[in-house]
Amino acid sequence: MPEPETIVAIRNLSKVYSQGEIQVTALNNISLDIARGEFLTLMGPSGSGKSTLLHIIAGIDRPTSGECRVQGVNVTQLNESELADWRNQNVGFVFQTFNLIPVLTAFENVELPLLLTKLSRKQRQQLVSTALEIVGLADRSHHLPRQLSGGQEQRVAIARALVTDPSLVVADEPTGNLDSHSAQEVLTVLQSLSRTANKTVIMVTHDPKAAAYGSRSIHLEKGELSN
Amino acid sequence: MSIGTFIIKNALRNKRRATLSILSVAVSLFLLVFLLVTLRELTLPPEDVGAALRVAVRNKISIANLLPAKQLPAIERVPGVEAVTPFTWYGGRYQNEEGMTFAQFAMDARKLRSVFGEAKMSQPEYEAFETIKDSCIIGKVTAEKYKLKIGDRLTLDSTVYPCTLTFRIVGIYAGTTDDRNMLFHQEYLDDACDNAGWVGMWWLRVSTPDDMPRVIAAVNKAFENTSAEVRAESERAFQLSFISMLGNVRVLIGSISSVVVFTLILVSASTMSMAVRERFRELAILKAIGFRRRELFAFILAESFGLAMAGLLLGAGGAWLLFTNGKIFAAICFGITAIIVGSSVMTIVRRHYSSGVTGLLVAALVARIGLWAFQNPTISKMTNGFFITFEVTPKIVGIAAIVAAGLGIISSIAPAFSVARMSVVSGLKTLD
Ligand SMILES: Nc1ncnc2c1ncn2[C@@H]1O[C@H](COP(=O)(O)OP(=O)(O)OP(=O)(O)O)[C@@H](O)[C@H]1O
Ligand SMILES: [Mg+2]
Repeated sequence: MPEPETIVAIRNLSKVYSQGEIQVTALNNISLDIARGEFLTLMGPSGSGKSTLLHIIAGIDRPTSGECRVQGVNVTQLNESELADWRNQNVGFVFQTFNLIPVLTAFENVELPLLLTKLSRKQRQQLVSTALEIVGLADRSHHLPRQLSGGQEQRVAIARALVTDPSLVVADEPTGNLDSHSAQEVLTVLQSLSRTANKTVIMVTHDPKAAAYGSRSIHLEKGELSN
Repeated sequence: MSIGTFIIKNALRNKRRATLSILSVAVSLFLLVFLLVTLRELTLPPEDVGAALRVAVRNKISIANLLPAKQLPAIERVPGVEAVTPFTWYGGRYQNEEGMTFAQFAMDARKLRSVFGEAKMSQPEYEAFETIKDSCIIGKVTAEKYKLKIGDRLTLDSTVYPCTLTFRIVGIYAGTTDDRNMLFHQEYLDDACDNAGWVGMWWLRVSTPDDMPRVIAAVNKAFENTSAEVRAESERAFQLSFISMLGNVRVLIGSISSVVVFTLILVSASTMSMAVRERFRELAILKAIGFRRRELFAFILAESFGLAMAGLLLGAGGAWLLFTNGKIFAAICFGITAIIVGSSVMTIVRRHYSSGVTGLLVAALVARIGLWAFQNPTISKMTNGFFITFEVTPKIVGIAAIVAAGLGIISSIAPAFSVARMSVVSGLKTLD
C-alpha cells in the first residue's frame, strides 16, 4: 500500500492571546500531520483550543508562531487577499449555527462560493444541483433556511462547503445544535465525503458518538495534544 | 443567482426598513428640490420684453418709504427716459380676506402701455382705463380666482391709507409674467384718500437697453442730497433687492437645505450601519468562503447607493411630476393607493391586523395627497397663484442626484470600514 499523501502539515504551532498583562496560550507548540481522505475529529474540553486550531488550518486565523502547510502551501504566509482566494478554492466551511444567508434559498446559498469563480450560470447550476443531491436535499433547493429543519440547514451548509470541490472540509461542532437523528444524517454525509470523495474532513466535536464517525480522533488539552 | 440579485435580496431583506429609508430619502430630496425650485423661481430674471427697458426708482432708505410726487418732472427730464409712472402700493383687503390675495397699485393709467406694454387688453379696455378716474384693471389670474368680470364693482379696504375705495373694473389684462395685480389711478388715490404729494415708487421706461446704465446713474444723481434720495435700478436688480429685503430668502433656503441634507446623511448613515451590523456574522461567513474586503465593500456600497437612488427617483421624480403635471401625479398616487389597499386587505385576511391597518392608513394618506394634486394640478393652483411656473430644471435634478449619490457613498463608508477591519473569527462570534 502506498504511503498516504499528507495534506496538512503542522509544525510547532502556537497561538497566544495577550490581553495586557495576562497571556492566554490557546495552542502550545503543536505538531500534527493529516492525510488526504482522513476524517479527523478534534476533541477536548471547552477552551482547549479546538476552534483555534481549526481556524488556523482553514486560513481564517493566524498563529503566533509555527507553520501550517496545506498541500505544500504555507498558509500562514499568504496575505489577506491571497488567503481569501485560497480559502475559496481549497476549504469548505461548516459552522455550528447560522451558516446560511436567511434571504437566500438553499440553492442560492450553495451557489454563493461559485459567484467568485469564472464558471457560467449553467455550470454553476450543475454543480449546485450535484452538491444538493450528495447531501440528499435536491428537493429542497428552493426553500429558504427558515423553511428547513436544523439538520437540513447543516446539510445545505455541507453542500455549500463541497460545491467548489475543495480538498479540505472543516466543521466546528456541526451537530452541536441538533437532535441525535439529524446529527446522524449530518455525520453520515461528512463520513461519506471522506470515504467516497476522498476529501479531508476535520471536525471539532464534544460528542464521543459523533467522533466515532471519524477515522482518527485527536485530543486537545490546554492547547496541547494528548493521546 | 447573480451578484445583482444577491445585492437586491440583501437590500430588501428588511422590507419595512428598506421602505422607510427609501421614503426618508425621497421626502428629504422632495423637500430639497422644492426649496431649490422656490429659490430659482424667486430669483428668476423677469422674462418679459419690457423688463430690459424698465427702471425701478425707490426711496434709498427702503421700499416702505414714500417718494415725493414732485420728483416727476426731474425724472422726465433725464435724457433717455421715455415714460414715467408712479407706482403706489394700496394694501387693500378684499372681502376681509386674510393673508396674501393680490396686490393693488396706483399708477398713471396713460403710461400703462408705454411702461407695462406686456399687459395686453383690447383697445376699448385701454381707453376706458385711461379715461375713467375710478376705474381699475385686474390681471386674468385674479379675475378667474375671484370670478370678477368687466363692469363689476370692487371695494377694497386699505391697510395703508385711512380709506376704503370702490373701483369699477374696466379691463382684464394678460401677458405679464404674473397676471395678478390690480392697477388703478394715482389721482383717484390722491383725491379720495387725501394723499396729495406722495407716491410709492417710480417705474420708468428707457428708449434702448443701452440707455439703462446712464439713466440709472442720472436719476440717482438727480436727488442726491435732497430729503428723499432715491435708488434707481434695473427691474431684475429691484426684484432681487426686494427679495433680499423679505428676509434674505436665499440664506434662509440655503440653510434649510443644508440642514435637510445633513440630517439625511445622519439618518442614512445610521440606517446603513445598523443594516450591516446585524449582518456581521453573515459577512464573516462570506469572508470565510472567499469574498474579499473590496467585494464586501462593493456589496455594501451598492446596497446603500441603490436605496439612495430609489429615494431619488421617488423624491425628485415625484416633485417633477407634481409640479409639472399634477394629474399624472394624482393618477400614480391612486394607482399606488389601489395596490396598498389590495395588499393590506390581503394582510388583514391573513390576520396580521396591525400591519394591515397601518397599510390602510398609508393608503388613505397617499390617496389624500393624490386628491389634492388632482384638484390642484398646476403650481399656480397649488400656491393660489403665487407661483406661475415652478420648473424642476435639469440642474436641480442634477443637484438632487449628486446629493443622493454622495449620500449612498458617505453612508456606506463607516460600515465598510468596520467590515474590512472585522476578522472572520471575531465576526463569527457575534450573535445575531
Ligand atoms: N479573541 C480572544 N482573545 C483572548 N482569548 C481568546 C480569544 N479567543 C479564544 N481565546 C482563548 O483561547 C482558548 C481557546 O479557545 P477556543 O475557542 O479555541 O476553545 P475551544 O476548544 O474551541 O472551546 P469550546 O469547546 O468552548 O468551543 C480559550 O482559553 C479562550 O479563552
Ligand atoms: Mg470552539
